[in-house]
Amino acid sequence: MPEREVKLTIGPQHPMLKEPESFLLTLRGEKITDMTVRLGYNHRGIEKACEGRTYIQDMYLVERVCGICSHSHSTCFIQAVEEIAGLQVPKRGLYIRTLISELERIHSHLLWLGVAGHEIGFDTLLMYTWRDRELVMDILALLTGNRVNYGMNTIGGVRRDITAEQIPQILSTIDTLEERTKYYVQVGTQEITLRERLSGVGKLSKEDAIHLGAVGPTARASGVNRDVRHDDPYAVYGELSFNVITDDHSDVYGRTLVRLGELMEAYKLVRQILKQMPEGPIVVKAPRKIPAGQAISRYEAPRGEDVHYVKANGSDKPERVKVRAPTLANVQVVAHMLKDGYLADTPIVIAAIDPCFSCTDRAIATTNIDNGRTDRMDWPTLRTYGIDWYSKQGIDFAELNRKLRTMRESN
Amino acid sequence: MFRPGKMTSQVLRSLFKKPATSMYPFVKKPMPKDFRGKLRFYQERCIGCKMCMRDCPSGAITIRPVGEKKFVAEIDLAKCLYCAQCVDTCPKKALEATPDFELAQLEHGKLKIVLGEDAGKDTKTETK
Amino acid sequence: MTEALFNIFVFPGFLFVAAFGLTAEYIDRKLYALMQNRVGPPWFQPLADFIKLSAKEDVVPQNADTLVFKMMPIIAMTSILTAFLYMPMWGSKALFAFKGDLVVVIYLLTVPTLTYFLGGWYSRSIYSMIGAARSLTQLFAYEIPLFLSILAPAMLADTWSLSEMSVYFNTHPWAILCNLLGFVIAIIALLGKLEKVPFDIPEAETEIVAGAFTEYSGRLLAIFRLAIDMELVVGASLLAAVFLPFGLNYGPAAGFALYIVKVLFVIGLISLARTIVARLRIDQMINFCWKVIAPLAFLQFIADLIIKGATR
Repeated sequence: MPEREVKLTIGPQHPMLKEPESFLLTLRGEKITDMTVRLGYNHRGIEKACEGRTYIQDMYLVERVCGICSHSHSTCFIQAVEEIAGLQVPKRGLYIRTLISELERIHSHLLWLGVAGHEIGFDTLLMYTWRDRELVMDILALLTGNRVNYGMNTIGGVRRDITAEQIPQILSTIDTLEERTKYYVQVGTQEITLRERLSGVGKLSKEDAIHLGAVGPTARASGVNRDVRHDDPYAVYGELSFNVITDDHSDVYGRTLVRLGELMEAYKLVRQILKQMPEGPIVVKAPRKIPAGQAISRYEAPRGEDVHYVKANGSDKPERVKVRAPTLANVQVVAHMLKDGYLADTPIVIAAIDPCFSCTDRAIATTNIDNGRTDRMDWPTLRTYGIDWYSKQGIDFAELNRKLRTMRESN
Repeated sequence: MFRPGKMTSQVLRSLFKKPATSMYPFVKKPMPKDFRGKLRFYQERCIGCKMCMRDCPSGAITIRPVGEKKFVAEIDLAKCLYCAQCVDTCPKKALEATPDFELAQLEHGKLKIVLGEDAGKDTKTETK
Repeated sequence: MTEALFNIFVFPGFLFVAAFGLTAEYIDRKLYALMQNRVGPPWFQPLADFIKLSAKEDVVPQNADTLVFKMMPIIAMTSILTAFLYMPMWGSKALFAFKGDLVVVIYLLTVPTLTYFLGGWYSRSIYSMIGAARSLTQLFAYEIPLFLSILAPAMLADTWSLSEMSVYFNTHPWAILCNLLGFVIAIIALLGKLEKVPFDIPEAETEIVAGAFTEYSGRLLAIFRLAIDMELVVGASLLAAVFLPFGLNYGPAAGFALYIVKVLFVIGLISLARTIVARLRIDQMINFCWKVIAPLAFLQFIADLIIKGATR
């Protein structure tokens, strides 16, 4: 490669990315000198859609913010609604909610481990972790009735109870998974090619992690002891004992170790939950109309801290819902971590925050880089602007329209 | 401690094991019995209160009267997100989720189905 | 004349190598899948891929050099096919053999990498160009260990001809054991040549899409992929001829069967190697090749020198 700067666009369509997002890398040889992230390819208008639907409908809409941490978003939203309505969720309901959230963490972290393996060309790790992930997916399907969008939450509790015959099945799966995770810890720490690719890649110092506002395993791998489950316990986490896993490697290897450690903690938590779960009702009746008020709810999703804000106006529809997915907090960190790295490390560094771009794409404010203006365009202005822009590039729409017409007529 | 090729013994053992994946359309894995798949409609129980229509997040279900106190449920399988909220909402338990999840169709029109007997009318034309 | 044409196009030429190449790809993929606890593709998958690709349109990028772009897959395939004609298959003697054919084979096996480079470079796409630059960088890393490890047994046998080497090792079976280290090195270097994990850096899917082949499509891609499959067979045959030259005295039929088994054994080793490791970064790969593999290959070379001096 000649030693001049090359601009390489990764995405919105690229095998590295599972979701559309654009990264513009400036390369000098194999080294990255600069990088910009462009969000906004996956904006679905969920927040606005929430305002037009009732709370019960929103529950399922919010669940679909993310495909992996669906329970996280729905719990986070429902916690805010319950706080506004002043509902006291029964203990058993909270325990079941926590159980699902820990099972979801297991499934999400196993998924991450496989994706990380794939990004560094270790497809065998992907196949094995995803095979084992099927076990926890089966358990989730058994308990909730679906593999991904569990639909377990409802305002005031949960929708399904856990029966006595399901418990041994969960426990035996957890035992198998614990064994497998121990093996993956061995693979991760001993397999030399894996360690070579993960160590020293995507460095993020503790100061930078705090300064840039990293959350979740990304922050904890830089030695930041920050976990909503521990710092601000929700559901029944206050009654459970668990360790917050941190690591001082501050690189992708550290993030792998943190996630593997959290898997081991999650198995412990599931056993504790099943042991401590009290008898009783699982749900309280919730009113259709939620009294006026507002609430912020925090939740430790597998990817980091998830924040939902709900404002109610006394009707059966919320006035405003705001979702801050964990990836939004971490995506700026990626740009920092990639600087002076290798092109070959881009996939794994991006994957190491466990990105979920469609969760991240919320309402966006656009700023014109030429003049710093943030004003919006209406549809006719945008249309003329587009036509002008393309004619400056030498694309003549009159000619294209004529061709299109002849094509249609010949058909 | 480094051990290059840590997974060697694991992969060699897998050579002689049954694969974890299956030949899907020929070998099917059953879903748990409480799985939320396609809906079943008990026509005789429905009172036409339309609560399910109100709660459906995607507007997939429509309850339509077809006679004296008789109703059919029209479901758009493409719109349905299989949350089974309608099953929870229904005061008379006229709806039920089944583990049937293989609902793909080659034509979009076939995804609109009518549950329940529609006396006096040809359901075939109704599905269009 | 007819016989020569038959030799070139049918057996052991194009048709045989193509069929064997597709079979080899199937076996490689099936083993890879089984080792990953998957079902894997059906037996006709590589052929189906080939037919499907052949039926598709060839798209040549606007900025690409059309002639170079279209020539490269064909040059890659012809050079590999030519190399195959010098492989001993059913005995110690190859179809075409002369003094020094080992050097020609090694040279011909370098040509495909150069065609990947040229094809990628003249696609004028950023992914292709990075991939092309990487494949050339990688070439300089694995080629020396591969040469050294193959030349060591050649020097022990005191010949530059594959057929004469087989004769020598058949009369001195103990000499095969001297080259075990060289065999391991050659397998590792062959992984680099075939661009397989851990050395699939030039076509690292998650980084640069498909590397030098990013812009290739349709028939041209089909030919390239077939060439890679053939390269797998030829590379494995070369290793089998150099490092596993035993059991060549049982007549053509048994010799041919043994040849197939040996090649499949080498392919199995390659599949295993690519299953158990992650892809390296280009700087790590070059460090590894120059600091570990090349000195070991040199050690093998010196060891063979000493053995030769001692036995004389």
